[in-house]
Amino acid sequence: MDSTTHSPLPPTERSLPVDAVKQRSLVAALRTFLPEDAVLFREEDTRPYECDGLTLYRQLPMVVALPENEDQIRRILQLCHEHKVPVIPRGAGTGLSGSALPHPGGLLLSLAKLNRIVSIDARARTATVQPGVRNLAISEAAAPHRLYYAPDPSSQIACTIGGNVAENSGGVHCLKYGLTVHNILRVRGLTIEGEVVEFGGLAPDAPGLDLLALVIGSEGMLAVVTEVTVRLVPVAQTARCIMASFADIGEAGDAVAALIADGIIPAGLEMLDQAASRLVEPFANAGYDLDAAAVLLCESDGTPEEVAEEIERMSAVLLAARATRIQVSNSEAERLRFWAGRKNAFPAAGRASPAYYCMDGTIPRRRLGEVLKAIQALEPKYGLRCPNVFHAGDGNLHPLILFDDADPDSVARAEAFGAEILELCVQMGGTVTGEHGVGVEKLDQMCSQFDRSTLDAFLGVKRAFDPAGLLNPGKVVPTLHRCAEYGRMRVHAGNVRFPELPRF
Amino acid sequence: MDQALSQLCETVRAASEARSPLLIRAGGTKDFYGNESSGTVLDPRTLAGIVDYEPTELVITARAGTSLTEVEQLVTENGQMLAFEPPHFGAHATVGGCIAAGLAGPRRVSFGPTHGGVRDFVLGAKLIDGRGELLSFGGTVMKNVAGYDVSRLLAGSMGILGVIAEVSIKVLPRAMSHHTLCFEMTETAAVYKLNEWAGRPLPLSASVWHDGALFLRLAGASAAVRAARHQLGGEGIDNDRADAFWASIREQTHPFFEGEAPLWRVSVPSTAPALSINEPQMIEWNGALRWMRSAQPAERVRECARQAGGHATLFRGGDRSAGAFTPLTPPLAAIHRRLKAQFDPLNIFNRGRLYPDL
Repeated sequence: MDSTTHSPLPPTERSLPVDAVKQRSLVAALRTFLPEDAVLFREEDTRPYECDGLTLYRQLPMVVALPENEDQIRRILQLCHEHKVPVIPRGAGTGLSGSALPHPGGLLLSLAKLNRIVSIDARARTATVQPGVRNLAISEAAAPHRLYYAPDPSSQIACTIGGNVAENSGGVHCLKYGLTVHNILRVRGLTIEGEVVEFGGLAPDAPGLDLLALVIGSEGMLAVVTEVTVRLVPVAQTARCIMASFADIGEAGDAVAALIADGIIPAGLEMLDQAASRLVEPFANAGYDLDAAAVLLCESDGTPEEVAEEIERMSAVLLAARATRIQVSNSEAERLRFWAGRKNAFPAAGRASPAYYCMDGTIPRRRLGEVLKAIQALEPKYGLRCPNVFHAGDGNLHPLILFDDADPDSVARAEAFGAEILELCVQMGGTVTGEHGVGVEKLDQMCSQFDRSTLDAFLGVKRAFDPAGLLNPGKVVPTLHRCAEYGRMRVHAGNVRFPELPRF
Repeated sequence: MDQALSQLCETVRAASEARSPLLIRAGGTKDFYGNESSGTVLDPRTLAGIVDYEPTELVITARAGTSLTEVEQLVTENGQMLAFEPPHFGAHATVGGCIAAGLAGPRRVSFGPTHGGVRDFVLGAKLIDGRGELLSFGGTVMKNVAGYDVSRLLAGSMGILGVIAEVSIKVLPRAMSHHTLCFEMTETAAVYKLNEWAGRPLPLSASVWHDGALFLRLAGASAAVRAARHQLGGEGIDNDRADAFWASIREQTHPFFEGEAPLWRVSVPSTAPALSINEPQMIEWNGALRWMRSAQPAERVRECARQAGGHATLFRGGDRSAGAFTPLTPPLAAIHRRLKAQFDPLNIFNRGRLYPDL
């Protein structure tokens, strides 16, 4: 059963029934080697797993397994492979694209119990951890050594490293310190057949093709991650942030280009448009200039001397780029206050509107002003507001379409608005997803971004790792049929769970 | 699709129909690297030229046959660089060959945004597969998680998956300031110190230990370089001499690389102790890359690398009957074979260049 061929419908209509006979036999087989409480199948127990952070897609899994170690995972995979049962790996379930959406005839493999930090080697600057370890927990454990794990998706207090590997997660600091793919040395995993595979290693490279690069960001479709070794980097001695106001959104976009052109790679470079500033200010009291068309946050980190030098250069560039106001943080508390608004944009959107739909397109930086103005121009067309927060440094937009999920017409307009934004990103030479993943959410837009030959090559990669097509089937790569349907089908809207978590 | 590109696709299609192997080769500067392969030479230099370069986007897109020197000159004129500092190994190196070989230079292990190997800076690629189809992976933006990251997989793929037609590479600003320091130090002390320094926020951009001397390159904001010089001590080397020295490491023209003795590239965790084979060595990348001149049998060198937690490649010279690269574990070998079969079903590209059965 291919869940992706179904058009998005309200949850009650979408969720497909579970085959009770198959379920009983799978549960019995799992319980021969798993403790009773590690195998869930009753609806009240599997319900919490019916969706990830994208809640409009819901599906009860046939069975949920909660293994505690690699050997149990191996046996689960062997069993599922033998009986042709799809396996859907899941970390903390904070993903925003439905990558961990269950399969009605499948086993949901929760890696949450594998949450041990195996070792920290301060001299080698590495940490080896199990997949269920939270992103922030790694940095906390490394802190006594003045080291940390750089990628910082804003769900970092909850999201797990296994999920980060699956999604190639970003964060605010990836302009300078890279994405997940740049900070992982080694992934140990299991193939769908239950064989142990090591991708990468503790040396700077591994023999053969760079399968590690391929596995990172593969959304759980190529292998099940059982252990990860991450690279740790030294904590900067100090950081300061500039908050700059602009009278025009295009000028703010040009200021971003001017900083890069001057040879500066800020530690963080984020932007909020006026609608976003006004949305978050009452919530966060960050001190944003509410009269500005755009607020730019530009951070420098390093030694105190280095930061002083860089802040001076950045300020000069921003003023030359027609910033109307510039404020430099003078204390750590002030720096964190500048960031508080940006980091709370999603919860603020959740408070200001019954629901919101977060887009994740990335565009070339030089198109920032143009795209933002185009999005603003679309607001009256759809009768919906769309504040924008984004990673300006790498052109990754997060337009937040505010809508009412109780009103089907509002949902439909939000869907259409979102689809138009993503199509715009593709037209501008960008991508439909910068860091949230394709999952089930952006399958249709994959049809616009890639030609059929390339999509078929992706399916070929999938077959090379998982010939039986059992690992997280139907995600990321749309079928030929799906792309043919696209255009007639409406793009759905989504809700975000865990609204209290800051998101980027 | 322009004429040069469609012609190349046509050549591949014809070779595929005839089951006739192709040897992808442009300037031939890396002929020595990898295992021997055979076939009709396919020269991608018919595909040449910069497709797009907008310095403020930090990305350059070039056709595979573009000269690596041309790309480096252009980005240098704009105050930028290829951060992975790729070796050319000759005047005719091309961008495609640079990506396919996947070799990075001294800056591979540095602090901050310049850290990383070739694949870390690949953002997108166009590839002609074994059916003669033009595929397009990734893109030109920094953050892109749409689809599997096949463009990064091409770095170091030795041409076995297809003909790289075009690549988009992330570029970075050149450092404001740089300075090289020299220390007298034993191998053990150097590896110890390098790892200690790498754990501190110092602007390290390259390191080499050889024959009792450790060279350290600092690069970054002037204030950071100044402070690090002050903190680390050592003897300063004037910039012209230092630049020539680092070029001799990158291009392997340093006297260590002269002569006929087989050159092994031993890649290990940076904290690995001295290798169990006592032969002349040059150590880069804070201890993680150990070049060794040794005529020992491949099994012995590979065992020594394995004990140190890494792997060994017979880089230049020597007897390659045991393969240039460390053999893969059976599950990884199976994935390699199936990937090769997906991209190149009739096995026409660079047969045996990476492994005998690929």
